[in-house]
Amino acid sequence: MQSVALGFLDYAILAIYVIFVIGIGFTLRRYMKSSSDFLTSGRSIPAWVTGLAFISANLGALELVGMAASGAKYGIATSHFYWVGAIPAMIFLAVFMMPFYYGSKARSVPEYLKMRFDERVRALNSIAFAVMTVFASGISMNALAKLLNQLLGWNYHAALWICSAVVLLYVLKGGLTSAIYTEVLQFFMIVLGFAPVVYLGLQDVGGWDAMTHALKGVSVDPSALHLKEAGTHYAANAWTSAWQPLLAGPKNNPMGVDLFAMVFGLGFVLSFGYWCTNFLVVQRAMAARNMGAARRTPLIAAVPKMLFPALVIVPGMLAVALTSMSGKGYRIPPPALETSAIEAAVAAVKASPQPALAQVVDSISAAQNGLDAKTGKPKKLVGFDQAKLSAVLATYAAKPIGKSDAEGDKAVRSEFVGALSNAVTDYDYDGVIFSLVKRYCPTGMLGLALTALLASFMSGMAGNVTAFNTVWTYDLYQAYIAKNKSDQHYFWMGQAITVVGILLSIACAYFARNYNNAMDIIQLVFGFVNAPLFATFLLGMFWARCTGTGAFIGLFGGIGSSAIFHSLTIAAGNSPGVKGGYISVVSTFPSEMAQNFWLATFAFLICLGLTLVISLVTARTKSDAELTGLVYSLTPKLKDAHEAWYLRPAVVGIILLVCCVILNFIFW
Amino acid sequence: MGLDIRWPIGLMFSLIGVLLVGYGLITSSDAEMYKRSLEINVNLRWGLVLLVFGATMLTLAWRGSKQDAAEAKKKV
Repeated sequence: MQSVALGFLDYAILAIYVIFVIGIGFTLRRYMKSSSDFLTSGRSIPAWVTGLAFISANLGALELVGMAASGAKYGIATSHFYWVGAIPAMIFLAVFMMPFYYGSKARSVPEYLKMRFDERVRALNSIAFAVMTVFASGISMNALAKLLNQLLGWNYHAALWICSAVVLLYVLKGGLTSAIYTEVLQFFMIVLGFAPVVYLGLQDVGGWDAMTHALKGVSVDPSALHLKEAGTHYAANAWTSAWQPLLAGPKNNPMGVDLFAMVFGLGFVLSFGYWCTNFLVVQRAMAARNMGAARRTPLIAAVPKMLFPALVIVPGMLAVALTSMSGKGYRIPPPALETSAIEAAVAAVKASPQPALAQVVDSISAAQNGLDAKTGKPKKLVGFDQAKLSAVLATYAAKPIGKSDAEGDKAVRSEFVGALSNAVTDYDYDGVIFSLVKRYCPTGMLGLALTALLASFMSGMAGNVTAFNTVWTYDLYQAYIAKNKSDQHYFWMGQAITVVGILLSIACAYFARNYNNAMDIIQLVFGFVNAPLFATFLLGMFWARCTGTGAFIGLFGGIGSSAIFHSLTIAAGNSPGVKGGYISVVSTFPSEMAQNFWLATFAFLICLGLTLVISLVTARTKSDAELTGLVYSLTPKLKDAHEAWYLRPAVVGIILLVCCVILNFIFW
Repeated sequence: MGLDIRWPIGLMFSLIGVLLVGYGLITSSDAEMYKRSLEINVNLRWGLVLLVFGATMLTLAWRGSKQDAAEAKKKV
């Protein structure tokens, strides 16, 4: 991808944004007097603010980039991650779970687990969560710095450290309040920064109908865009219909997922596990100023969440449609070629006689993706358009492109790299969103869209850091390391760990940059830890008989069973290893996504079963009185019949569910 | 807590709005520049949208602060 030049105005907009978020931090500084002000906002924030922060904290983690990529890969079906995989869980959190989180006066999700079960469950959950948040924020910062490096030619290290420093400044000064307030500002920045890009894109293809028409052409002949092997195809609505391709079975939709895995695996296990138990988002609701506001938080968040597909998925679909329209001069960007791969190509051009095409592809692929130690062949071949590649080889044979970056004519060399990249038929889907920004935004709008991108990463990092510092200070430090200290001591600890948290994130970003494979394994382990989580919460909140031992062993069993499940299954097209099947391959799934959904389903059921059985055979350690406020059947129901309808979570929840169902029907 | 977040949001978007509108006006004859945005002067138009949004936020914040002041008076 070629880098873009920013104008003065673009930098000015970026600077204004940075000044405002830091300014918010410094303004809030004088209100930070105790550890609870700093770590839990003193439970003082109105619902609309926590609601928008709730969604913004979730938006950060690569969502803009990732969902546009999925929109291009899978089309409208990506909306399942919203309408199936988020809205129902958010409503469930508001109506059923928030009363226990907020009413128990727990300061964090792990603390709730300690009240409900015992120290063991809390320790397991808080340690896993703390490690996970640091890695999550490191991964996303690495992605941001890489992106800024590729797009704007900024120095990787400078981008990483400066962005982290901005987040550190405002979180350190204003604590959770500052993170939540800036998340609201970032929410508007993201919406207002990307909306014009979507609008211009739609104008460009000629409207919604023209886009779906183009996508139908792609579905019938995906091999024309190198999306599938020649001779295979999908039904015409594979990109433009949410449910029909899914009903037709995993072979007939680009996701390769079956209906049950989608609805139960994603819609129930994974989605409820994330939205209802992840402290990163739940913390926002817990900072609300009263029970009503806390319960309204996820409901308010559900409204933008329901509409976000227009902002994040449509760009991906637009990119595919534009790529298929030959007159538009657009293609989904190819993956950036490594310097060594370019050098391999140069060597091939300069060799005399030039090697055969297949050999050239081999040597470029070896440089780009590395060699497989066993076979001695490239791990993965870079896809090339044969005709274009041979044209490049012929054209540049006599031109001064130089052996390395330092030699040769700069202009000719960059022209050569451009032509070579254009011959690549692989797609870098993560580049979709920015390629559209670049295509449509003149100076001014460019700065706005870029700031929006930066805002989405910062809100994610701030969310992770504020969740991390609370769990560390209250659930690990206060619980196991230094009990009974003064509040000022914990306040100090909260601030100190914020700095440490950011530094750890930066370390993780470097780790992710250098050890991509290790990162895959770490994320895999997180998947194992998260998969069974919701079973524990479900039984804990709705079954008084559930015991701490049952929950603890159930969780461990769930984690272990997902590891075993993973070692015995694999997705089609993957070879046994990090991607699964390293013990033996008992079952093969049509896609990694299907494997993931089924893994979660399996782990959930094992955890549920184990917790049930062990709870029944172990003695209860907590009396009914101790569980009041923590378990559904033992807690007096909240009465809200006298309130206006729009203040009653159950009523609003039902309305939102109906809207969600209608949306599913429209894009059926 | 202390700060009404509508103030900074309103201020920031008004400021960016003003900048974009100003820039859009200066460059309105630059057809080459707006070719990529399909010959729409997006800086001018979207700048106006941001300005309206910012002004709305400021108005809401201002009314909120008046309400708070009135309530504080009642208590005294």
